[in-house]
Amino acid sequence: MKLIYKKPDTITERDTTYCPGCPHGIAHRLIAELLEEMDLVKKTVIVWPVGCSVFGYYFIATDAVEAAHGRACAMATGIKRAHPESFVISYQGDGDLASIGIAEAVHAAARGERISVVYINNGNYGMTGGQMAPTTLIGQVTTTTPYGRKPELNGFPMHVPEMFAALDGPAYIARAALDSPQHIIQAKKFLRKAFTAQKNNLGFSLVELISACPTNWKMTPVEAMERIRKQVLPVFPIGEFKVAKGVE
Amino acid sequence: MEKKLVIAGFGGQGVMLAGELLAEAAKDEGKFVTFLPSYGPEMRGGTANCDVIVSDKPIASPVIAHPQAAIIMNLPSLDKFEPLMEKDGLLILNKTLIPREVKRTDLRVLQIDAQTVARELGNEKATNMILLGAYAEIEKPVKLESLKNALKHFLTGKKEVLIPLNEKALEKGAEIAREFLGGK
Amino acid sequence: MGEKVLMKGAEAIAEAAIRAGCMAFFGYPITPQNETPEYFSRRMPELGRVFLQAESEVAAINMVYGAACTGTRVITTSSSPGISLMQEGFSYIANSNVGCVVVNAMRGGPGLGDIAPAQADYFQATKGGGHGDYHSIVLAPHTIQETVDLMYDAFDLADKYRIMVVMLVDGLMGQMMEPVEFKEWVDVKKFKTPEWATVGQGDRDHRNIITSLEILPEGLEKMNLALQAKYKKIKENEVRLEEYEMDDAEYALTAFGTVARIAKTVVEMARKDGIKLGLIRPITVWPFPEKEVAKRADQVKFFFDVEMNEGQMLEDVKLAVNGKKPVHYYGRLGGVVPTAEEIYGEFKKLVGGK
Ligand SMILES: Cc1ncc(C[n+]2csc(CCOP(=O)(O)OP(=O)(O)O)c2C)c(N)n1
Ligand code: SF4
Ligand SMILES: [Mg+2]
Repeated sequence: MKLIYKKPDTITERDTTYCPGCPHGIAHRLIAELLEEMDLVKKTVIVWPVGCSVFGYYFIATDAVEAAHGRACAMATGIKRAHPESFVISYQGDGDLASIGIAEAVHAAARGERISVVYINNGNYGMTGGQMAPTTLIGQVTTTTPYGRKPELNGFPMHVPEMFAALDGPAYIARAALDSPQHIIQAKKFLRKAFTAQKNNLGFSLVELISACPTNWKMTPVEAMERIRKQVLPVFPIGEFKVAKGVE
Repeated sequence: MEKKLVIAGFGGQGVMLAGELLAEAAKDEGKFVTFLPSYGPEMRGGTANCDVIVSDKPIASPVIAHPQAAIIMNLPSLDKFEPLMEKDGLLILNKTLIPREVKRTDLRVLQIDAQTVARELGNEKATNMILLGAYAEIEKPVKLESLKNALKHFLTGKKEVLIPLNEKALEKGAEIAREFLGGK
Repeated sequence: MGEKVLMKGAEAIAEAAIRAGCMAFFGYPITPQNETPEYFSRRMPELGRVFLQAESEVAAINMVYGAACTGTRVITTSSSPGISLMQEGFSYIANSNVGCVVVNAMRGGPGLGDIAPAQADYFQATKGGGHGDYHSIVLAPHTIQETVDLMYDAFDLADKYRIMVVMLVDGLMGQMMEPVEFKEWVDVKKFKTPEWATVGQGDRDHRNIITSLEILPEGLEKMNLALQAKYKKIKENEVRLEEYEMDDAEYALTAFGTVARIAKTVVEMARKDGIKLGLIRPITVWPFPEKEVAKRADQVKFFFDVEMNEGQMLEDVKLAVNGKKPVHYYGRLGGVVPTAEEIYGEFKKLVGGK
């Protein structure tokens, strides 16, 4: 038998804590593959957030720290400034980064911190049971928008890459999606550029990954992927918003 | 009278519903009652359980360290609760999913092939009600009638049609329990 | 009083606040109390009141601060890590003399800890937590019914003293269900904007300014003395406690919240064995019932303090007992709930040792 695919060695043997069909696992695999391919595993420190990926350090075998909710970019800044040789990734959810941690994230970007942010947009707070996130779509029902998200009450979904691209600090800003094989391949390309931005000391980098939360969306994994294509991507289009020279 | 019951099984087996139904029925009878569910990631691991205490007087601690009675719906739950049971405690087992015998010899054990019985009644989902009906018949924390009456608080709207089935399951459980008691 | 309903503690807290006339909720999700904001999110819009999910606890408490400055009955609910983030706001609220209610469903710490019930935020709640010389009134109910009843008092106290009132509960009380009875609805139509509120000068002949800033030390000292005078009045008038089986007690348990509930079982176990054990249960943990505890020091052989922390209320008990009698302690940490058997076992070791 010929081995045509195997799990990256940097992914541990542990059972994950994710629900069946949750794309957090896909994002982990892409990160692990790239760290191996770019020979970064031994230099990497991942700052894990508070959210469903709070136990991420059990699944990707690199040095790791666990930040307070929303403070990952600040912690990553501290690590990178104190030890610039480290390759520093901040892995954050949409509640963690765009809500409670938006100040830390914006200022890390504005300062051009040499860190790479992997930002998982699943449209809600998965960990705490599906409350509204800054990315929740208009009309979307969550446990704290029981009548659907209303602009006059809750404002509008936040477009983090578009906002961050307006700053001078970032070297690479993009949005990809985890709903289909083609999009996942593209997501890996974008992540590679983000990691390259840090490797080449060009500035801050961030890739938003459009993800799903089948459990709290109350959908099967297949339905959740359908929803991404039909409802989420029209609001959060895939693309690169800032590409500095030297990232390619 | 103070009755302490643990109900344990997989998420989706209706563990919480059975516990809440008993609590609701006890409340309707004017009794004191506490219902304490396991929560958080503890539940993601697969097993869910709850403590229900029904009493004539105010209840102090809502936590049950050593159950007088337990409705056990799957094997991991038997492994967890068998050692914790009080001496002479009552174990009501969903035999359909529990391939092993009870090791302790100082317990009262009622094994019911509950899932099969529920399927014969028309829906496997009523397994929890068969076991709860049996418990109510033996320990009498509340009347069977009160349990039946309380169903309407939980099975509303589209689920209302399930009330007769659940009533039948409660009765069937009680009937099995009577045979068990008579056989002793 | 109405009919009894079976309710989850976290939801009963929200319903009680609504009936007590709470007009606005601001908060941020956190386990084990998510059912509270979720309940508010359904009910407040129905009643034309305010529900807003803030972007963080830092924002939430400052929204509460703002609403409190308009004299509105306002609440936020959270759990330990979220409460830590709010400390700055608490301190500002204290020195601005505005009222609000804050519920802390304590969970295991420090840090991210876990989501199991704990009592390790006692110091934080009763001794300040934020910076400066301040206190909040801290209520520590031990059942859902008591929590619901105290919620009305919490808002009344917040209005009366223009102070923050903390409801110190834990994850267990948030998650458990019990039949509860709610008191009458407070008639919110009777609410009037207080004369000190910052809502625009309108017909007033003066403008209102609410600030915690006073740049001259002598001036700030005066503000501090005024605060202390208020705290003294509260200490004199608002202490509450329950003394359970204490009349003939030879030994006294001291405990609050969930542990006090378990301790009642311990008292029953001891009484069955013919041991005269009682329980002193502070309902206000600030102000702490110093005098009442001190009085019992003449009566009992020793005190036995039990908590789900490393002996925090223990310090207040010791201060009150002031060396007159031994004060023993037993506790569990990190979210472990002690059982009645376990506590009784520890107690018997102490008695047996005599
Ligand atoms: C200060 C503080 N507030 C609230 C929480 C509770 N909390 C844990 S995870 C989370 C939201 C996570 O959502 P997101 O970042 O979108 O990640 P996801 O679970 O969706 O991947 C919240 C509010 C906390 N841990 N700390
Ligand atoms: S709750 Fe949602 S985001 Fe969290 S693991 Fe489950 S599917 Fe994934
Ligand atoms: Mg999310």
